[in-house]
Amino acid sequence: MRQTALILALLASTGLAHAAPADPSKSSLKFAFTQMNVPVEGQFKKFAADVAFDANKLDASKVQIAVDLVAADAGSSDANQAMQMKEWFNTAAYPKATFTATQFKSLGAGKFQAMGQFGLKGKTAPLNVAFTVKPEATGQWFEGNFPLSRLAWKVGEGEWSDVGAVADAVQVKFKLFVPK
Amino acid sequence: MIVKYTLPARILHWLTALAIISAFALGLTTGGMEGFSLQKLQLINYHKWIGITVLGLVAIRLLWRLSHRPPALPANMAKWERQGAHLAHMALYVLMFAVPLGGWLYSSAKGFPVVWLGLVKLPDLMEKNEALAHTIKEMHELGAWVLIALAVAHAAAALKHHFIQRDDVLKRML
Repeated sequence: MRQTALILALLASTGLAHAAPADPSKSSLKFAFTQMNVPVEGQFKKFAADVAFDANKLDASKVQIAVDLVAADAGSSDANQAMQMKEWFNTAAYPKATFTATQFKSLGAGKFQAMGQFGLKGKTAPLNVAFTVKPEATGQWFEGNFPLSRLAWKVGEGEWSDVGAVADAVQVKFKLFVPK
Repeated sequence: MIVKYTLPARILHWLTALAIISAFALGLTTGGMEGFSLQKLQLINYHKWIGITVLGLVAIRLLWRLSHRPPALPANMAKWERQGAHLAHMALYVLMFAVPLGGWLYSSAKGFPVVWLGLVKLPDLMEKNEALAHTIKEMHELGAWVLIALAVAHAAAALKHHFIQRDDVLKRML
């Protein structure tokens, strides 16, 4: 009882919105790029997203996403093996990509922008991600997509830095369902 | 006086021959490459580009062949030789369509569209299907080997006509 009261008091004092994990069965994190102009689609099959988002309390909102890069699927077994290698994600040293944001702004019409930090392959840098929020009775849907420069995070080094073979821009597309 | 194939027929014949040999060599090379490298990615794409080129060339060739009667075979050929030649030519035409189409189908089944020369995105022939892709690949490879075997027999027959019978069969295509 005392503990509950303490937690409630803490929550009230920090004003943080209720953080909940995204439902993996309804959420997806996909990516698309081109190799020799051939469009390729893939997805990150395993990720954890903790979201505390209240459109009316942006100051108290927070999102934390950790993507398990070992479970990345780039469309073929050859490519999936290659992605684990040093030149690509180097998952032995950097198994996860992370995105953390505590700053948000409204772009109007149910659209928001998260101004966060994106960590990949040992480098963490600011990244702004726009998304839409659709509230439902049982939770909220978060959707959006944004381009990411793979070379800015050294994904595809050495011979693979050739953007004629694999384009620099990777389109990331996410859809998260966060239950109440 | 030799009655040759028409000039477009001769050009198309040698272009397809060159394209088929290149595609086959590239297919063999990439099939033996382990893992995933930039070179493998490039060679696979060149293989696909050339394969689609074969398909286009053969389509034109067939139309040309159907509208232009080829020169007659020499009179000294036995009936079974004529029939064998016609059968081999028909089989070559069927395989020149089937093998590239099979490769295109395989690419679709693997979930990778074919983008000819990196410029023209071709429609997918089927939905992505890994299990079926494996079977299609084996058929594609088998077809390619039969095509090459037939082409070798075809070339051997032409050389036999030229050096043993000493007739004009090879010269009609030069």
